[in-house]
Amino acid sequence: MQKDRHIVLHPMIVRITHWTWTLGVLILLGSGLRIYNSEPLFDFYFPTWTTIGGSNEAANRLHNDFGLAGALLWHFAAMWLLFASLLVFLVWSVASGHFQRKYLPITAREVSSNVRDFLKGHLAHDLGVRNAVQKLLYAAALVAMIVMALSGLVLWKPVQFHTLGLLMGQYEGARYVHFLGMGAIVLFLVVHIALTLLVPKVLLPMITGRAPRTAEPTQSPGELL
Amino acid sequence: MTTSIEHRLRDGGLGKGDIANLERRLFLRHGLSFGALTLLSGCDVVTNTDPVDRFLRMISGFNDGVQAALFNPNKLAPTFPESMVAPEFRFNAQYGLGSIPVLNPSTWRLKPSGLVADTRAWTLEQLQALPQRADVTRHVCVEGWSMIGKWGGVPLRTFLERVGADLSARYVGFRCDDPISYTTSIDMASALHPQTILCLTYAGKPIEAKFGAPMRVKIPTKLGFKQPKFVVEIRVTNEYPAGYWENYGYNWFAGL
Repeated sequence: MQKDRHIVLHPMIVRITHWTWTLGVLILLGSGLRIYNSEPLFDFYFPTWTTIGGSNEAANRLHNDFGLAGALLWHFAAMWLLFASLLVFLVWSVASGHFQRKYLPITAREVSSNVRDFLKGHLAHDLGVRNAVQKLLYAAALVAMIVMALSGLVLWKPVQFHTLGLLMGQYEGARYVHFLGMGAIVLFLVVHIALTLLVPKVLLPMITGRAPRTAEPTQSPGELL
Repeated sequence: MTTSIEHRLRDGGLGKGDIANLERRLFLRHGLSFGALTLLSGCDVVTNTDPVDRFLRMISGFNDGVQAALFNPNKLAPTFPESMVAPEFRFNAQYGLGSIPVLNPSTWRLKPSGLVADTRAWTLEQLQALPQRADVTRHVCVEGWSMIGKWGGVPLRTFLERVGADLSARYVGFRCDDPISYTTSIDMASALHPQTILCLTYAGKPIEAKFGAPMRVKIPTKLGFKQPKFVVEIRVTNEYPAGYWENYGYNWFAGL
């Protein structure tokens, strides 16, 4: 009977890939900052506590360095976690139609109407239904992920992916692209987490998959099955 | 901020012991700053990293295989005009400028060993008499920096053929005569790559002591730490020879 009052908002596969993806991004982020620290592009370092690669003492004991080897090990392991999550999610969501239903189309008219609603302070937030601003945000994050993967390939294999490197100023250019892409993803995370805190009811369904039926959106009922 | 100091110390001539001491002091100051990962993995990474580290090194071994598959033995590293060659190259070693070995070029010998037909040692003159090639390529350090230089010398392939090496063997290992008895090793495919050379010159002049005189290995398809300086032995083998940084957890294939 309990079942009748709940709907499945996020299929299992979406929830699993969401959190493995999150883990992958956090590890790549932390280890990436530590790798950055070994040869900063700009005139600043990231404090060790914001990075992954171990304390200086542990890094010295294990890897005879200041955290670079550990960070690289984490980075090139988490790369696979993220790659696998992304692959499973994209293949499943395109094949099942989830992607087309949830993310397409994004129209300029819908975006501007959403922004107006938001500024007036009454943007509707129905669980399971993405408004155009959300769709745009997720599309931007997806583009940033692709840019990160491509610039990462150029940094990892500047000789083998030389042609790809032409798009971004080869190895040295790719360092900037990879850094700025990281910034874009951090920005996305800030907005994504801020929105979750503003509308906390969206968090639990991303873990349990279930939401009270009262929150059932009026649009696209097919999605709820 | 600390990293900056560490780097200057490392590049400026302090020994490993000094750095270890400094590290201990830094750790006392910043020891509590590490925490995010500890929470993330649910175990104390600071004191109990070994299982995690072993697991990560296992994935690194898997990545060796992926990189070997990605490596195209016929693809040349991009070359640049001579005008882009750095006049003063960056010095980088585990020991400081004060500890650079000065090897006598007239008594220096290069010893082939392992799966080779002829183990007679080579003199510098003999190497200079072999066919040479020079390329202007990008040197990429695992730390992240890169620089363009012009390195010349004997293709390693030529040398391996001259000593009758088993070119179907899996590995080529290098041993160095320097303060840390540096070693490293590469896959045979990279050893036979046309741009992989026993490097004798930089920008047309004999390489300087701090860059590994009289001979260092130059591999434009590998990271810098795979390109050893002060080389005195080249070993052809089927048994994984590992290496100095590789034993500390740096990825073995390290291809570009």
